[in-house]
Amino acid sequence: MAIRINGAEVQAPGDARVSLLDFLREHLHLTGTKVGCNQGACGACTVIIDGERVLSCLTLAAQADGRSVTTIEGLSADGALNPLQVAFIEHDGFQCGYCTPGQICAATAMLQEIERGMPSYVTADLAAERATLTAQEIRERMSGNLCRCGAHNGIVEAIMQVATERAA
Amino acid sequence: MIPLAYHRASSADEAIHLAGAPGARLLGGGTNLIDLMRKGVEQVSDLVDVTALSSSIEESDDGGLMIGAAARNSAVAAHPLVRSRYPLLSRAILAGASAQIRNMATVGGNLMQRTRCVYFNDAAGSRCNKRAPGSGCDARGGFNRYHAILGASPHCVATNPSDMSVALAALDARIHVSSASGTRIIALGDFHRLPGERPDIETVLEPSEIITAIEIPPSAVAANSTYRKVRDRASYAFALVSVAAGLTLRDGVVEDVRIGFGGVAPKPWRALRAEAALRGQPATESAFMAAAATELADAVPLSGNGFKIDLAQRTLAAVLTELSGDRR
Repeated sequence: MAIRINGAEVQAPGDARVSLLDFLREHLHLTGTKVGCNQGACGACTVIIDGERVLSCLTLAAQADGRSVTTIEGLSADGALNPLQVAFIEHDGFQCGYCTPGQICAATAMLQEIERGMPSYVTADLAAERATLTAQEIRERMSGNLCRCGAHNGIVEAIMQVATERAA
Repeated sequence: MIPLAYHRASSADEAIHLAGAPGARLLGGGTNLIDLMRKGVEQVSDLVDVTALSSSIEESDDGGLMIGAAARNSAVAAHPLVRSRYPLLSRAILAGASAQIRNMATVGGNLMQRTRCVYFNDAAGSRCNKRAPGSGCDARGGFNRYHAILGASPHCVATNPSDMSVALAALDARIHVSSASGTRIIALGDFHRLPGERPDIETVLEPSEIITAIEIPPSAVAANSTYRKVRDRASYAFALVSVAAGLTLRDGVVEDVRIGFGGVAPKPWRALRAEAALRGQPATESAFMAAAATELADAVPLSGNGFKIDLAQRTLAAVLTELSGDRR
């Protein structure tokens, strides 16, 4: 088996102790994925495995064997920014930028969760096929990604803009 | 360095066999275990990944639900039958951790997660009877805002951090377990132990047993149910106090009620005393507060968490008032 990372097959590391985060950064030099707390509290290391956003710091590379991993490097082609990245710039959705790859990966998967009908803790009607996307919904759904610069308002606006454009 | 081997079990029998080795531990999503291994709290030589075992969520013959132990938390919370028949369970899971962690975590692993007591998690610098039996407890005289007011012992005041389990306690869920010698079913209320003199033993699960499924019986009272979590920030934080409750009324009188408390005890706390006090009573805020006071009568505050007694009572009263809605 192998791990498919941004479309390319890579052999999993021989040492089972290696986290997916360290594997991406130290072995493959995909340094877009960031080390924040390294204990599941900040979301900076968020990547997407088989369509679901997860924390690469608490995932062993061995657990990803046979699966498909998408990192921030895999979200845009040939250096072109995708609409979410453009919206983060337009809305000042970051200052230092350290949490941004995790924010973008999380937001990418979050928008797909909304389309699939995933509810959140603040969704008033659990029976609704699809939650109405409000700023409160975005804040709750993005609460796993901390921004120490305090760019959360811009992040919410950026995600809202992309969601609105997609729905139009 | 502790060498580590990783195995992926393809069947319950294989998992039981592999987990029998000394130093072996079952691995679900790893959101708790990987962190504890890195912190030196858990010493593991063999990880047995059980996420390929049953993760199905299906209606059982009696109209309840059977959930495979490897089901991801997010899959359970999103399932149409959970959302429509057991909204308290969906909301409890959605109140826990973050979306990323819920995507990783399994329901079997959630039942087995360890306390978030900071002294338990600090292997290098703190005394903890749960981590190192007989070493003492630094929480009792330390930062104990998040610690227990019910069910604790002189040896340990740590709380169980699970939101999901609080809802499962209110639902009378049953844990299906397997070992080489057979299978058995454990009521969720009996699954987690109170600390007593052995806070290091947290459940009645034997070392040779693995959790295979969680069964939720059909429940009329769960149709009108919810979960409310009070915490230090609006999201992505552990509970100071949480309440899972379901309520049915007839002519303004409590016909049936189920209540679980989180954040206040070493195990998901089923509030049987409050339930008994409420059945047949008018659905009024004063009756809700009185029932809550009955449940909290034995509460013992620590230096930093006395506020939880009032908070638990008011949260329960607020939740039951919400569930009473226009039906009062």
